[in-house]
Amino acid sequence: MEFAKLYFRSPSAVIGLLLFILVLAMAATADWLYPRDPLALAGRPLIWPFSNPRFLLGTDNSGRDIAAQIFHGARISLLIGLVATFISVMIGITIGAFAGYYGSWVDTVLMRVTEAFQTLPNFLLLLVLVAVFGSTITTVTVAIGIVSWPASARLTRAEFLSLRNREFVQAGRTLGLKDIKLIFGEILPNALPPVIVYASVVMAVAILLESALAFLKLSDPNVASWGNLIGAGRDVLRVQWYVSAIPGIAILVTVLAVSLVGQGLNDALNPRLKSR
Amino acid sequence: MRVLALAGRRLAASIPTLILILIGVFLLLQFAPGDTVDAMMAQMGGGDAATARHLREFYGLDLSVWAQLGNYLWRLVRLDLGFSAIYGKPVVTVIAERLPATILLMSASLSFAFFFGLIFGVIAARGVNRWPDTLISTLGLIFYAMPTFWFGLMAIVVFSIYLQWLPAGGFEDITVSLTGLARTLDIAKHLILPTLTLGLFYMAIYLRIMRGSMLEVLNLDFVRTARAKGMDETRVVVRHVLRNALLPMVTLIGLQAGTMLGGSVVVESVFSLPGLGRLAYESVVQRDLNTLLGIIFVSALLVIAVNFIVDLLYARLDPRITAGA
Repeated sequence: MEFAKLYFRSPSAVIGLLLFILVLAMAATADWLYPRDPLALAGRPLIWPFSNPRFLLGTDNSGRDIAAQIFHGARISLLIGLVATFISVMIGITIGAFAGYYGSWVDTVLMRVTEAFQTLPNFLLLLVLVAVFGSTITTVTVAIGIVSWPASARLTRAEFLSLRNREFVQAGRTLGLKDIKLIFGEILPNALPPVIVYASVVMAVAILLESALAFLKLSDPNVASWGNLIGAGRDVLRVQWYVSAIPGIAILVTVLAVSLVGQGLNDALNPRLKSR
Repeated sequence: MRVLALAGRRLAASIPTLILILIGVFLLLQFAPGDTVDAMMAQMGGGDAATARHLREFYGLDLSVWAQLGNYLWRLVRLDLGFSAIYGKPVVTVIAERLPATILLMSASLSFAFFFGLIFGVIAARGVNRWPDTLISTLGLIFYAMPTFWFGLMAIVVFSIYLQWLPAGGFEDITVSLTGLARTLDIAKHLILPTLTLGLFYMAIYLRIMRGSMLEVLNLDFVRTARAKGMDETRVVVRHVLRNALLPMVTLIGLQAGTMLGGSVVVESVFSLPGLGRLAYESVVQRDLNTLLGIIFVSALLVIAVNFIVDLLYARLDPRITAGA
């Protein structure tokens, strides 16, 4: 309750939450409002928005309903964002926990690998992964998770370094708890809050990465992704610029919502920093 | 001299990282469907199995994966990145042709982001929680959440199509052959929109970091002392606060050199700039794996080089770093 009060004190956090609920609502009602396949031919191509009541946001260059693609795209973006974030945070937590808990050579090896992932531009690695494993929605999501874990690993490792010799851990060790139990049962719950807050950044970046990949026509062409639509609209940019403009706004709103909620959570978790 | 030794040691420590990256990506590319010979055969319009076998022998593709890896690393030591079957040139030449545009774009965007991030960060911190701060912070959030390629497209619509102020793409005007100053100005004009597109996202990050770190430093004792001495506010900010608040900004340059290089892939294809990023995209589409591996190598080198410079800068800004070494 205290936490909710702290969260709702910040206007930007409230706006973020409202926007996030809006995107969630779009994703939830997509099948109900637009039961037809969003990628199916719906009408005359390139109808301007607000000119035909049947197609509120107009149609794109192949005559597909833009509004339907926006609503169904919300599902794809949220799905990819959430799953990729989950994968990335899981990898990050595991690697960071082992590196921070065991130290010495385990730490050295794991941090070298982390460093390698950080030195390699993540979008380039994403291109390589997509080139090798193909661009279905599953491979794209997993690939985004794989390129974005290093920061959560570093964060978890730092938390573990400061926690691993605390009294409650030593008590657990004296009780004869196994390492795995200590790591995941005792230390991890205490190390988690900053990582969970950071997950909002990972999710924002994951949504942006997928849209960039889709824009380059390297993501799954068989799903209604906002990035795909921007890429399609590029061919008619000169006059019908709205085809690209509308999905871009949808991406902006979603990423903004995710970052604002993350920032709000962060401020509510660290109330002392809030006064700044 | 000690600064150099310290940064040099960090540089030496990045060599294993580089080797790790190359081995990792090399092994990863072994899983790719189709190799260079398949791509070549496709370009030649097909061929018989014997030709394919001959070509594989010629390029050493019939050896075991580990022997190929060994060969590749040994060639790298001699700075030979192999041959691009698609472009019909050594990979080094292909990359060298594309590198200048990317480096130009990256340094322009970085300077833009750093400079304006710094200025807006300072303005926001000086008027914290008043309208300049609110305005700047809101704009920063929007620039952060905006997909870069989308901003690029919208900028083309406004500035190239409707207003017709700036060119919509390309590196320079190829219909007229310009030299000297005229050519420089022409290239600069072509780079304005790409720089803005790539730079705005980073500017949003820099201004947020700068604002936070300014607010932190402004409350420290030495700032109060400087004010108590009767120093005017501008000098307090410029001489005392800025230098200390800059440290996290400089760290960020090193951390983001890689993501910026990744961002240039998208920006270069929006504005059809002949840079490294677009080469990476083309080599993915055309399955030119040798070139792709070469680009990975060169980008990792670039990131390491940027971090080396950041280390030097860092020591220059904060003398304690060398004293502590």
